[in-house]
Amino acid sequence: MESFDALLLGLSVAVQPQNLFYAFIGVLLGTAVGVLPGIGPALTVALLLPVTFKLDPGGSLIMFAGIYYGGMYGGSTSSILLNTPGESASIITALEGNKMARAGRGGPALATAAIGSFVAGLIATIALTFLAPWVVEIALNFGPADYFALMVLAFTTVSAAFGGSALRGLTALFIGLSLGLVGIDLQTGQARLAFGVPDLLDGVEVTTTAVAMFALGETLYIASLGSRMRETIEPVRGSLWMTAQDWARSWKPWLRGTALGFPIGALPAGGAEIPTFLSYSAEKALSKHPEEFGHGAIEGVAGPEAANNASAAGVLVPLLTLGLPTSATAAMMLAGFQQYGIQPGPLLFSTNADLVWGLIASLFIANTMLLVLNLPLIGMWVRLLSIPRPWLYGGILVFATLGTLGANPSQFELAMLAALGLLGFAMRYFDYPVAPVIIGLILGPLAEQQLRRALAISQGDPAALFESSIAIGIYAVCAIVLFGPVLWKLVQRKNGKTLPA
Amino acid sequence: MTSPTERDVRTPPDRAAYAVAALLAVLSGVIAWDAAHISSTVASYSRVGAAAFPYAIAGLVMACAIGTALAAWRGDFPDREPMEFGPVAWIMGGLVAQIVLVGFAGFSIATGVLFGLTARGFGGKPLWLTIPIGIVLSFLLYVLFSKGLQLSLPQGPLERLI
Repeated sequence: MESFDALLLGLSVAVQPQNLFYAFIGVLLGTAVGVLPGIGPALTVALLLPVTFKLDPGGSLIMFAGIYYGGMYGGSTSSILLNTPGESASIITALEGNKMARAGRGGPALATAAIGSFVAGLIATIALTFLAPWVVEIALNFGPADYFALMVLAFTTVSAAFGGSALRGLTALFIGLSLGLVGIDLQTGQARLAFGVPDLLDGVEVTTTAVAMFALGETLYIASLGSRMRETIEPVRGSLWMTAQDWARSWKPWLRGTALGFPIGALPAGGAEIPTFLSYSAEKALSKHPEEFGHGAIEGVAGPEAANNASAAGVLVPLLTLGLPTSATAAMMLAGFQQYGIQPGPLLFSTNADLVWGLIASLFIANTMLLVLNLPLIGMWVRLLSIPRPWLYGGILVFATLGTLGANPSQFELAMLAALGLLGFAMRYFDYPVAPVIIGLILGPLAEQQLRRALAISQGDPAALFESSIAIGIYAVCAIVLFGPVLWKLVQRKNGKTLPA
Repeated sequence: MTSPTERDVRTPPDRAAYAVAALLAVLSGVIAWDAAHISSTVASYSRVGAAAFPYAIAGLVMACAIGTALAAWRGDFPDREPMEFGPVAWIMGGLVAQIVLVGFAGFSIATGVLFGLTARGFGGKPLWLTIPIGIVLSFLLYVLFSKGLQLSLPQGPLERLI
């Protein structure tokens, strides 16, 4: 039981009073920021990154774990009570949850989301504990060509999964890759796309870009809609607690949601929204009350919310073991690691074992803290929801610029924030997904490094990229992800044409 | 949000979509130009130098530009919500004001102005009320972050008081 020992080591790190305190603050801040309408977990982590700048790496990553899980909980609260999903993975939660809240069953909806998230988080974190060392062992055999293939896979799935059309996702990804080119090339020391501006030599800051895209772009977009967006908060009426019937209807969806969410999150093909959609349709098909779906069925909250949280833990598998972020939130976590010069990957488990296992153990602690905190404090979180919009968005921008200035106190960085914010706004306005930009910006330079390393080994022969069977397998999956939907449509169209004839 | 956007059957060409395609093409050109600049200055001692990846990305961005232009031509580009420029202008004004002010007025005053102008963009209270509130809020944040977390934020007359 190697994992078990490692986890015990992690727990001994995580239960130090100081680290417990960090976890607590992280959970509290994460929930408070995540509850704010339109702010999803990725932005929560991005906004709170500067708060952790001056802590030691261990404490700061533990706080991160709290923020991550807290942001997820907070997001489901605003989805249910306000119908403003902060990210695509909670769209489904909003669908049934908001209907329940309107029908005066907001309490049980919040409770099933919270307990479901706890159950899913618990099971998925256990799965993470046992899967991670195993993946690490496999990953140690990966060469640069295999890593490059994995990154291509992450690029493909991220841009195909986010948003409707592959062209728009890929465009967003390539914009991110272009931003990633800016700065000094690590291998030759040559400046690229810096145009002689010294501030650009260090490259484009990931946190600045994330805050610009998610906070500024979104704020500008909502402002541009003018007064057309009317939001109503559903007050939590009636009992907060779930009835026996609610429990009976919830526990199976929790488990099924977890079973769907974790594996899909753990594959480097991730994305948290696919398991929530799958869970929703599964619950709808299996429910004894299918007529309730669309009018506030508790299964429709319990399943997807569990799937969402389970995949959030699953996403940590490729992130920690391969250094591969497959969701916007994971990308922000990676940025958090990088701010301490830590590069997640198989070696991290041997070089920084206490750090990794401390983080994993903190996930258990954060998860438990959330369950204890969230239900009693629901009244306080609901009050956060009723902040008037001028104050809310004014405050969001204050915090966004605070973070940017905290990381790099210069007017240039603020100007970058404003410029990238305009880009984010334009992309939002033209319905481009913004998450691939962040993934491209983070993974682009890493992918380039692996590619050049692979080609250096083979002395420039590109055939080396396709030599290992691992790489070929990964490219095959990429092709399926990219062209599968198109082929499927073609086949259907062909069948549709030939059948009636 | 879900109101169907009315569109004429014979819509005029989607100029904005073509503009997006053109911008992508320009981006591709800039990357390629920059890459060409790299390879001319340093002799490439290995076959995959600093310019190879930029060239590849320039090509991919160009492919997206062509794809976008095709989508625009076919009318595939998604419909957009009508935009109100007023609020956007207020917020951008706030950001520009902050960039200008932060150099000499310090974090609190600059960010307070941003707060006031953003609140105004969302139809908030008059500026003489929101800007002072913003300054007080930012000052409190300054104290919290510079004293509590040792974050170095730009100083101005207000920050030097403490």
